[in-house]
Amino acid sequence: MKDNLKETLLQPIFKGNPITVLVLGICSSLAVTVQLKGAFVMALSVIIVTGLSSLIVSLMRNSIPNRIRIIVQLVVVAMMVILVDQVLKAFSYSVSKTLSVYIGLIITNCIVMGRIEAFALGNKPLPSLLDGLANGAGYGMILIIVAFFRELLGSGTLFGFRIIPQAVYDAGYMNNGLMILPPMALIILGCIIWIQRSIQKDLQEK
Amino acid sequence: MEYLSLFVKSIFVDNMIFAYFLGMCSYLAVSKNVKTATGLGVAVIFVLLVTLPINYLLNEYLLKPGALSWLGERYAEIDLSFLSYIVFIAVIAAIVQIVEMVVEKFAPALYSSLGIFLPLIAVNCAILGGSLFMQERDYANVGEAAVYALGSGIGWFLAIVALAAIREKMAYSHVPAPLKGLGITFITVGLMGIAFMTFMGIQL
Repeated sequence: MKDNLKETLLQPIFKGNPITVLVLGICSSLAVTVQLKGAFVMALSVIIVTGLSSLIVSLMRNSIPNRIRIIVQLVVVAMMVILVDQVLKAFSYSVSKTLSVYIGLIITNCIVMGRIEAFALGNKPLPSLLDGLANGAGYGMILIIVAFFRELLGSGTLFGFRIIPQAVYDAGYMNNGLMILPPMALIILGCIIWIQRSIQKDLQEK
Repeated sequence: MEYLSLFVKSIFVDNMIFAYFLGMCSYLAVSKNVKTATGLGVAVIFVLLVTLPINYLLNEYLLKPGALSWLGERYAEIDLSFLSYIVFIAVIAAIVQIVEMVVEKFAPALYSSLGIFLPLIAVNCAILGGSLFMQERDYANVGEAAVYALGSGIGWFLAIVALAAIREKMAYSHVPAPLKGLGITFITVGLMGIAFMTFMGIQL
């Protein structure tokens, strides 16, 4: 039982990472990876939403009629997202402004629905909670990696603090403006997949 | 004239895929051949075109701060905007259900080739994203909302058909094994995105 829980927790972070392996939930969030701060808040919100909505759906799994389950799931997820959104608006308005519609788009993030459909509907509440949290974490990890490179190379800062010293700029170094543009997020993600699949050969496609 | 510039702008400058990454999941999953890609693209245009004006009206007369003032003065101060996510997603889910039934009835071949992805339009970020952007940008009337919906739908359609065509050709080229499939697709989309950036900053 204990091993099982550990497996549920670790599987989504590396071997079954929702973004690089299952290709779920790329939609709503690559645009928030220009800066680490946005990516961090987004990752945290997704972890909370996936964890709690998996937990709630799992608690209700025996009383949801099969035919209308999608609507019920959407309502649960939307409710969690509204909670996160209101908290963000109340406590850090500027971050919530920069994330703009992307917080709302967590509702349609395939990871949330995917995990509910694939896991929470058929499992007990505790494993479902862990599964949700772990998938959120696996997703957040990729976001943060992408944001790390984009902010470091694109603006020379991390979390808004200058990392690359002025002397380097004086010697002729320049920020890579390309990194700030949206398409670079996709290319970095492509490279992450490339590296991961070179290491884990069994993931390669024919 | 304004309509025309909004239309062109939402196709090219504010392209759903390349500027905002909306609808990526189905974009990557269904772009393996041009025919299914076309089907999904058309479905997205249609669903956007139906849901956005409805959501616009709901936002205008139900959700916005002060939107309920048509009920009388007592209701003028009510702000229901925190409910907008739930209302929008419910409208979208209902419309998708209807579209699914219509397609199943009148175009069974298309229905079977779209398979699971038709219901998934309900959770396609491009649709909800359209509604949320519409709310954020505060369009002046239903006409503008509809034009925006049509434009961004067509933008999404163009992007998925183009990617599908590239992937069909790519089947014949030698891609390094770890990059095959997903990896090279991401990089292709990134390069297409850079190409689309030529439209950025165009004022119409």
